[in-house]
Amino acid sequence: MKKLMTGNEAIARGAYEAGVRYASAYPGTPSTEILENVALYKEDIIAEWANNEKVALEATIGASMAGARTLAAMKHVGVNVAADPLFTFAYTGVYGGLVLVSADEPGQHSSQNEQDNRLYAKAAKIPMLEPSNSQESKDFTKIALEISEKFDAPVLLRMTTRVCHSKGIVECQDREEREIIPYKKDINKFVVVPAVARKLRVKVEERQKKLLEFSNTTELNFFEWNDTKVGVISSGVCYNYAKEVFGDSVSYLKIGFSQPLPTEKIKEFCTKVEKVYIIEENDPYIEEQVKILGFNCFGKDVFPAYGEMLPEVIRQSVFGETMPTLNYDEKEVVARPPVLCAGCPHRGFFVQLGKRKNVMVSGDIGCYSLAFAEPYNAMDQNICMGASISVGHGAQKVFDLVNENKMKVVSVLGDSTFFHTGINSLINVAYNKSNTVNVILDNRITGMTGHQENPGSGYTLQGEKTEELNIEAIVRALGFKNVVIINPNDLTAVKNALDWAISLDEPSVIITRWPCALKKFSPEDKEEFKNLFTDKYSVDAEKCIGCKACIRTGCPAISFDNEAKKSTIDYNACVGCSVCSQVCPVKAIGKVEK
Amino acid sequence: MTKSILLVGVGGQGTILASKLLTTGLMEAGYDVKMSEIHGMSQRGGSVSSQVRYGEKVESPVIELGGADILISFEKMEALRWLNYLKPNGKVVVNDFEIGSAPILSGKADYPKNAIGILEDKVKTTVISASSEAEKLGNPKVMNIILLGAIIKAMGLEEINWDKILRDNIKEKLVEINLKALKVGMNLV
Repeated sequence: MKKLMTGNEAIARGAYEAGVRYASAYPGTPSTEILENVALYKEDIIAEWANNEKVALEATIGASMAGARTLAAMKHVGVNVAADPLFTFAYTGVYGGLVLVSADEPGQHSSQNEQDNRLYAKAAKIPMLEPSNSQESKDFTKIALEISEKFDAPVLLRMTTRVCHSKGIVECQDREEREIIPYKKDINKFVVVPAVARKLRVKVEERQKKLLEFSNTTELNFFEWNDTKVGVISSGVCYNYAKEVFGDSVSYLKIGFSQPLPTEKIKEFCTKVEKVYIIEENDPYIEEQVKILGFNCFGKDVFPAYGEMLPEVIRQSVFGETMPTLNYDEKEVVARPPVLCAGCPHRGFFVQLGKRKNVMVSGDIGCYSLAFAEPYNAMDQNICMGASISVGHGAQKVFDLVNENKMKVVSVLGDSTFFHTGINSLINVAYNKSNTVNVILDNRITGMTGHQENPGSGYTLQGEKTEELNIEAIVRALGFKNVVIINPNDLTAVKNALDWAISLDEPSVIITRWPCALKKFSPEDKEEFKNLFTDKYSVDAEKCIGCKACIRTGCPAISFDNEAKKSTIDYNACVGCSVCSQVCPVKAIGKVEK
Repeated sequence: MTKSILLVGVGGQGTILASKLLTTGLMEAGYDVKMSEIHGMSQRGGSVSSQVRYGEKVESPVIELGGADILISFEKMEALRWLNYLKPNGKVVVNDFEIGSAPILSGKADYPKNAIGILEDKVKTTVISASSEAEKLGNPKVMNIILLGAIIKAMGLEEINWDKILRDNIKEKLVEINLKALKVGMNLV
């Protein structure tokens, strides 16, 4: 059966066909849809959202030890979080096959950096595969599980955004059931005290030699011989980009199995072709190996060191020009930046926080990162998941060293980010007697990645009702005495909470609690939050004085007519959060009577 | 020869469903097909594109600068934004519909006054009022299927059994209105 699938859907299908029994992930673009699709095979695979990537990988390690084939998925920066278990599981090896999917982001479409996770496979000395399209995404997932069991190692499946999110035709097969391997205690394999680990370390090198032999013989690494004046060595979707530009006019070495790299095949290729281009995204991973082998090649000296190696980038780099294009005055086109949605529960909070002087707003990763921009200007920095509270803590300690200092840190993060790693940071705040203001923006869901359940939402990935973590109880148990829960759409409540928290000499926690306007509301949401986005507001043009106070809430449902000097609200876009009506100085905005 | 169709618009306009139906039809007609979208931030209202490529064997899933045979824009300003992805002798089909972005809504910038004129000046452009045609049919949401009809006609893909593709992929109670919308779109080009 043929189906059009994204690379992410194809990985899920591959896991299903290969008999995977357990999978775990933390959502992150461009990897999120992998587990969402695995979760659809409800009868055959347990699929879970873990609260962070380290936990996800560790859970799959346990599943492997207990004898099942298993898969973990995460975005590239998620592997940083999971790196600790990865580097040691790389020593112990597996029982059931384990695939770790790393979805890298050349071009940083939705990411804070552009790290090349192929270097993780090299550093951890584990096998790696790089699919270039949807069919390979499925096939390589199955092959990766076989390699994992054959060579006794976790396998890194390295995806990139375009492979994850592009659709292609995939030939599907049936599932092959695999018996769970009966559990066998083996302390010389899995207990990594130094005496054992030193022996495992030797085995890793022996495995690396076997993998090199495999890399040089497997059909995953293949030649396409055409004219030998020019040769291209490439992996992943870059191979398709290169074929788009060069077609059959050059020869190719396509690398599908890339840790370790196929040194003998590289030597053969570089000996036969006159001029070698290395086309790869992110770091010069293949290029460095080619140079170590003593061959001249063109790589990052010709192609950009960063961004995607799209066909136009290759064409520009090699031939000095792109294909002809139609040009026009770019000033004619106005930017369309992402904005907080109409009804976003973060809006009310940041409208108030942005007014504060002498605060450092320590930000985090989520929709609320947009608070850095106009019209809120309410964020000073953000680094990575969960960092707001700990970075804020360190900053406050130094601010307090300066006499007469008035700087106060307000750290902000979302509910899912709090469960991810923010909770660790908050322990540090309590333990080290900080006095920061810590804000948990609880919108009842993992928002930015497209509404995934989390430990606070009351539901699992596969739709089961589960224990809902009580953020207030957790925070109080950590030792916080100053805790308040507010509705972020109530601007007075937000202002009062900030006044109170900033005035304290002790640490505090403000929990804002209101669901994301785009969320599919659960029965519990409907019970707890009355009139969820059912109201509509409008501007009374006669009363409107054109002061733009409502415009400065950044709501996309409100627009300003420069000629009439009046604001209007798009009835269909408004969901009735009422923030604009609260900021209007002349009460020109009111609820539409039903 | 690989053909490239670039569908652009604003998040929420239905470009994804239109490109899903298009690619399904192309696959069932025996073509190799690839489609690429960039999505991540879930907020509504950003600039979006679906890139569809089909032929005997498709390599790149993304359309190159200057590589699209046709640009279908669900919104006027987006047609301008993506114009440099079109072949200079390519075609534009543009929906006569405006959606302001944040700088425009806040009064800091003006919506381009002559978007269609700029397009017509440079390239073969067909302007269609898919949004008002959809309202005439009684459901503004079928705007995307009207535009799909326009793509099918403009690319000469009428031979494919679109009736079946729509019946297989759309909720039963919405099939009839969408089939009508498809015909309206095909007749507008």
